[in-house]
Amino acid sequence: MEEKITGGEALMRCLECQGVDLVFGYPGGTIMPAYDKLYLHQDKIKHILSRHEQGAIHAAEGFARATGKTGVVIATSGPGATNLVTGIADARMDSTPLVIIAGQVGTNVLGNDAFQETDFIDITNPISKWGILVKKAEDIPDIVAKAFFIANSGRPGPVVIDLPRDVQVSLMEWKGFKKCNFIRTYVHRPRFELTEIEQVADLLNKAERPLILAGRGVIVSKAERILGEIAEKADIPVATTLLGLSVLPSKHPLNKGLLGMHGNIGPNIATNRADVILAVGMRFDDRVVGKVSAYAPNAKIIHIDIDASEMGRTINPYLTVHADAKDALTPLLPLLHQRNHKDWLDLFSKCERLEHEKVIAGQLKPSPRSPMTMAEVIRTVSDAMNADTILVTDVGQNQMSSVRYFQFSSPRSVITSGGLGTMGFGIPAAIGAKIGCPDRPVCLFCGDGGFQMTIQELGTIMEYKIGVKIIILNNNFLGNVRQWQELFFGKRYSQTPLLNPDFIGIAKAYGISGEDVNNRENLKEAVERMVKSSGPYILNVNIDPENNIFPMIYPGEAIDEIRLSESEKLNVLEL
Amino acid sequence: MNEIKPYTLSVFSENTVGILNLISIVYTRRSINIESVSASTTAIPGIFKTTVLSYSDRETMEKVLVQIEKAIFVVKAYLYTDDQIVHQEVALYKVPTEKLMDEENLEKIIRHHNARILEITSSFTIIEKTGHTDETEALFNELKKYGLLQFVRSGRVCVTKDTIEHVSVYLAQRDREKEELNKLKD
Repeated sequence: MEEKITGGEALMRCLECQGVDLVFGYPGGTIMPAYDKLYLHQDKIKHILSRHEQGAIHAAEGFARATGKTGVVIATSGPGATNLVTGIADARMDSTPLVIIAGQVGTNVLGNDAFQETDFIDITNPISKWGILVKKAEDIPDIVAKAFFIANSGRPGPVVIDLPRDVQVSLMEWKGFKKCNFIRTYVHRPRFELTEIEQVADLLNKAERPLILAGRGVIVSKAERILGEIAEKADIPVATTLLGLSVLPSKHPLNKGLLGMHGNIGPNIATNRADVILAVGMRFDDRVVGKVSAYAPNAKIIHIDIDASEMGRTINPYLTVHADAKDALTPLLPLLHQRNHKDWLDLFSKCERLEHEKVIAGQLKPSPRSPMTMAEVIRTVSDAMNADTILVTDVGQNQMSSVRYFQFSSPRSVITSGGLGTMGFGIPAAIGAKIGCPDRPVCLFCGDGGFQMTIQELGTIMEYKIGVKIIILNNNFLGNVRQWQELFFGKRYSQTPLLNPDFIGIAKAYGISGEDVNNRENLKEAVERMVKSSGPYILNVNIDPENNIFPMIYPGEAIDEIRLSESEKLNVLEL
Repeated sequence: MNEIKPYTLSVFSENTVGILNLISIVYTRRSINIESVSASTTAIPGIFKTTVLSYSDRETMEKVLVQIEKAIFVVKAYLYTDDQIVHQEVALYKVPTEKLMDEENLEKIIRHHNARILEITSSFTIIEKTGHTDETEALFNELKKYGLLQFVRSGRVCVTKDTIEHVSVYLAQRDREKEELNKLKD
């Protein structure tokens, strides 16, 4: 005779069978039966209690991004569920694998505006990869198996399981759990023909000015190494998107840096000079492309992506290969000729020199009397941290400057909210990254604005003693909006100045060490104290309130129309 | 390429809760009005077909198609212009029987429009007409004179001018892939 168990117990068993040993969440009315069973499974499944559901889901995102595993979030119905919405949208945009289990009111009152009822599946349909309401306990094993398969295959994304209260308590026969590896309506690993790869090889072999654009898809499919080998063999420079950062180490000679609005000069200029562009696992986001009609006018663009809906979404490629990055790049490597593109690569060296002279040098070593810049703080921290550090950022100027000035050596070293640009992502994502990779240092840069959007998660850091190093780049402004107001809205700083509390006082109240840094003489030592500290640490660094991020491509302009400062535009013809 | 015209999208999916919403949200996002929808099960067991008519340009509709295909339980979607399909809709007209009785042209009208009478009671008569929108519209305009009591029109249904049902071929291929996968596991 088969064993009878409750739906809640079945859920816990399924999570265990699926290999889940960690979940993030926040209990509440309709999910209590599941939490009751979690209590009995806590030796196998560790639960991290956030201080707000948004904190739980961003932490799960940080965990998933750092480890490649699926992040699991549990919350209650109604407000618990709606508090997850930002994180679900964020995970969808940035292809982060999550399984979200939300409580729901009993099936007998579904649709009746019961207490704490929201139509969560319909709310999340446009922003989730898949969502399903469980109607009976017997369906739990199959749905959980499908959810994990869908979340972390193909282009990963968030999957929502809506679990009514009565389904959690009703009895079912436990027949075991079987992982899912096939759904007939869902192709997680598209098939392609070798001839398609031969065409790619042919284009690259004939190219004189080839360029690789690498995105998060390369990281998702664990194709970093093969991409590096391709770049080295064919001598092709590699530029990355924001989410593709750390595909190659910062100091790799063929890593030419960041694309897009605040990217490096080299890759942006080169995009418009290249004759063949190999874009892998990236989606030609509008912040990367700039003015569409002036994008890569000389290039035959080859687009390799696992998501067919990204092909031709913003730009029309010459050739598309609908495939997983690693699946496509593996057969490509042997087909490529050994090449040397010295003249082409010289362009990047020229651009690097120019960028250093015009922008970087002044940011890293400003005149002694001027206030601290974001860049010098970030580089000081980067130099002091272990090479294996995971960089987490919030959103805004802190994000753009930290990805520009922090240096990486291993893959999966950058966790940032790219597509959605979610302020408040930083603190919880850093928590999740550190829990996922306890042996790697985790360093978060955030602004004074974003820090306060999820500041309550300092409680989570306190409770679980999570050793994240947090640097607040404090300019008492919503800095990125202020920069745009300065540049495009006549310096009318509408609602961007912030009156801030004593952040270190708050840290102390949470039992977290920290210190204020008010001038650069104290910066290095303060950073060293932070690095040496064993637990969490917060540096509140008061920086130049009107420090701007450059280079910058103004919205609507072509990617080779690069501003070096508020008053200077790069003369492309000189390069 | 970017001419605005009617596009018919046929979406094959599993027959599950919420499919219609997953399809319609892709239209909603782009603020494309849905002119008509018809949805029902198909000849293939378990497979559901939704036919959506809207006015847009090809480029937009191709993007709509791939975004709809991203929904996990959608098998395939196909985009057609009117010349690629045979399409039809059905309209029902309810008119007062007494008015029709007095009207000598009635038989002529019904014959002319290739319509048929479904039911006659002492108070009303139901007329049915299948055809394209302009045809059901034409009969509507004629019957208006006789004090139309009710009028209803269905969404468009269509079949392609192809000789094969691509979705069946595709599903058969997926079945083979599943077998291969299971063999690999053994």
